[in-house]
Amino acid sequence: MSARVPAQPLPAEHHLPASGSWTGWLRRRTEAALPPEKLMPERQPAYVSSWIYVFGVLTLAAFVVVLLSGAWLALAGPTWWHTSSVGHFVNSLHLWSVELFFFFMVIHLWGKFFLAAWRGRRALTWVLGAVAFLCSIATAFTGYLVQSNFDSQWIASEAKDGINSPGAGAFWNVLDMGQMLLWHVTLLPFGLGVLVVLHLLLVRMRGVVPPIGVDAEGFADAGQREGGAR
Amino acid sequence: MIRIASTAPASVFDLNGPGHYLHWGFVQISVANAVVILSMIVVFVLAILLPFPQGRRQ
Amino acid sequence: MTTMPSPARARADTAAATPWRGPLREYDLVKEFVVALVVVCFLTVGLAVLFSSPDEKGLTLQDWAAANPGDFVATAAGELAGTTTSAGYGPPYNANGDGQSMGPIAPQKWAGVRIPVDPANDFVVTPLTRSATDPAASLALKQWKSASADQQTTWATDYVNALGTVDNDPGKVAAGSYGPVPAMTRDLLGLAQRGVLDSDLVQSSPGFYQTDYTRPLLFLGDSGYLEDTAGAQHLQGEQWGMMNETGNYPGQAWLWLYTFWYQIPPFTTAWADNADLIIWSLMMVLSLGLVLLPFIPGLRAIPLKIPLYRVIWRQYYRTVPRRTGSGRPQA
Repeated sequence: MSARVPAQPLPAEHHLPASGSWTGWLRRRTEAALPPEKLMPERQPAYVSSWIYVFGVLTLAAFVVVLLSGAWLALAGPTWWHTSSVGHFVNSLHLWSVELFFFFMVIHLWGKFFLAAWRGRRALTWVLGAVAFLCSIATAFTGYLVQSNFDSQWIASEAKDGINSPGAGAFWNVLDMGQMLLWHVTLLPFGLGVLVVLHLLLVRMRGVVPPIGVDAEGFADAGQREGGAR
Repeated sequence: MIRIASTAPASVFDLNGPGHYLHWGFVQISVANAVVILSMIVVFVLAILLPFPQGRRQ
Repeated sequence: MTTMPSPARARADTAAATPWRGPLREYDLVKEFVVALVVVCFLTVGLAVLFSSPDEKGLTLQDWAAANPGDFVATAAGELAGTTTSAGYGPPYNANGDGQSMGPIAPQKWAGVRIPVDPANDFVVTPLTRSATDPAASLALKQWKSASADQQTTWATDYVNALGTVDNDPGKVAAGSYGPVPAMTRDLLGLAQRGVLDSDLVQSSPGFYQTDYTRPLLFLGDSGYLEDTAGAQHLQGEQWGMMNETGNYPGQAWLWLYTFWYQIPPFTTAWADNADLIIWSLMMVLSLGLVLLPFIPGLRAIPLKIPLYRVIWRQYYRTVPRRTGSGRPQA
């Protein structure tokens, strides 16, 4: 027997801010910066109408497939794919999703560059994206190192010289499979994930960069034709 | 003689075996990488040229 | 955001920072993500079914000893002589070299020896000591250990040189004073050919479990075997190898600029000895330039000089009105 309780407004004290509350402070700040309608809007500015805009979400989707295929590989350990045909197929999924990830990410970068997407307080968005790109390269590099095959042997052998020369090799040993595997499976994907989330939140907070030479109301900026990027 | 044992399972196209490379002066690029890079350029150009569906404007 | 904004640029930047109040269009972000995910899944599965992925089997020391015993013996003797790459590497493995530097900047040396590897002992003497069973092998080791460092170097260097004149064939080496070196390297070859050396060399730290392959990889890297195998697959440094994958698989095209410098002078000539450090530093600077692009005058103006944005936003530009009085733009 179920009783449907009609919705009633809560007593006033349920809405009162508690003084000195860290929780309340944090909630109010995040709500101000990114209210739900801004975090998940159902509309975009009219100028968001080009296929170049889908490459960010394609990159994100590829990242998800990379993580899922990588997790599947992790389920059975780093050498499973050498002896199992299912394992080898999952390894193929992981390799090709990584190729797609870089394919879409670089096109996304080209697009954002030619749109000068850092304009209007969006420099940090660009910075986070560029750092994520570099972090992706590092993550992919450690992935190659933990294939446990000839590729890993050669890449480790060569890369050690490049990494030893600035002194980093003393602390980050590419010949140490255990260390590289942990970096590849935990530290780097986690760091990359944090960068991606921050990057996405900033895009939602600042909005998609408007066209060059157009003001916030949508008019052509009569005072100066194309600025913000000189 | 240098032989590498390869555990290649069934795939429609077997990409194992001697690689094909293109040479221009000191530039050397694998056909595979060239295909990837050229595809990226083509997709980029198409992305900015192809018309995007007009949504409902408000 | 600039250090010395022109009034026009500051105005345009403020305009770009102001929340958009112009025309909107419906745009379903969640649906877009789901579609993108489905598309990527199809592409990934399709590519995996069509092309699979490469898996060239790793080289073992046993493989090396079987494929090129002469190269193995010469490398082992070189470790004893201190003439191999590992032997003279310097930090982080040992202090037998200074590593790379750019003038007074020597970070490889500053980082210190934190992964101690003594090639002569770690790759040759210790494995032989652990596995020495017959009296002749034990005698050779005793002779080696009781000799002075100079004597050891002389024996080993002479043997390396002698091998070099007969194409690394130990059976053809001219008679000479090589001490126990020929016996030791022959015994090590036997250990490798029986497959014992592969697991033995991984013993980097005491105990049962091992995950660190520093020693066997350094030893293998001193050989011509690893390098020749890589060269056959276009993976060597001067073959743009950093970008490449085995077979006909696409590799890491995004490393094109990193590997580019290794192909041209002066990185291949005057700066070759320190090329790794110089190129690494150069790439760090360029990467920083990419990250900080919005703050770099000239670079950040390229989108204006090559105005692809006019193509991308052409539909919007066709409809955008000029401001007249205080009216709102017509939809």
